[in-house]
Amino acid sequence: MVHIKRLQEEGADIIVIIGEIDASSSIELDLAIAKSVGDGYRKILVDCNGLEYISSAGLGVFMSYIEELKDKKVYLVLFGLKERVLNTFSILGLADLLNIRETKSDAKKLADELSV
Amino acid sequence: MSYQYNIGCSLNNLKGVREFIRNSLKGQGVSELEMGAIVLALDEMCSNLMIHAHHCNPDHKISMNIHIPGHQQFVFEIIDDGSMFDINQYQEQELDSLVHEKRKGGLGIRLVKSIMDKVEYLREDGKNICRLTKTI
Repeated sequence: MVHIKRLQEEGADIIVIIGEIDASSSIELDLAIAKSVGDGYRKILVDCNGLEYISSAGLGVFMSYIEELKDKKVYLVLFGLKERVLNTFSILGLADLLNIRETKSDAKKLADELSV
Repeated sequence: MSYQYNIGCSLNNLKGVREFIRNSLKGQGVSELEMGAIVLALDEMCSNLMIHAHHCNPDHKISMNIHIPGHQQFVFEIIDDGSMFDINQYQEQELDSLVHEKRKGGLGIRLVKSIMDKVEYLREDGKNICRLTKTI
């Protein structure tokens, strides 16, 4: 079960994930990112403070957007990942391909720098 | 010590699978990070089986057994009667090419192989047994 909401702050779209993302719920993350990109946001911050678990289905959603976001010059930054969740990203080296920061302010700063 | 859990092949049951594993391994000296990785690998195996061998039919059942033969030694068995798919025979694509092709899949098997020490397949009494072993 996952609960995903979007809110806007200073020109950035913030996707807040609460709960667990597995094969049954990864579609909701996919839809949220698709909507954010579709709405034309160039800075997307993903708040993972409430993300308790992510399986390969969720990792795959982030992976599938890497090229598209690069092409569209959209900057997506994840923040607030718990250690065990970050470890899941790290096992396959996906953490190196995504923008990940500890705090919201660091994530915002990185998105601002990248989008200049 | 051993534990058993029977599951209908609905992806909504994966949460229950994860809870079963966490509860069974509690008090066995498994760190939070190791626990997370083991739970992840077994979730991947079960979801693959549910989707590809059982087409998410909740009337199809799979079983999971957990044996703890020694200190921090774990044997996980996933038993079903669907078509067998041996992940050892599967050649994973490189991460770069998955990214390039904008793929969403292709990571699960890679995770399982990275996390578990060994993955074996057996056939007993008309059933497939996938045995995964992990020593911490």
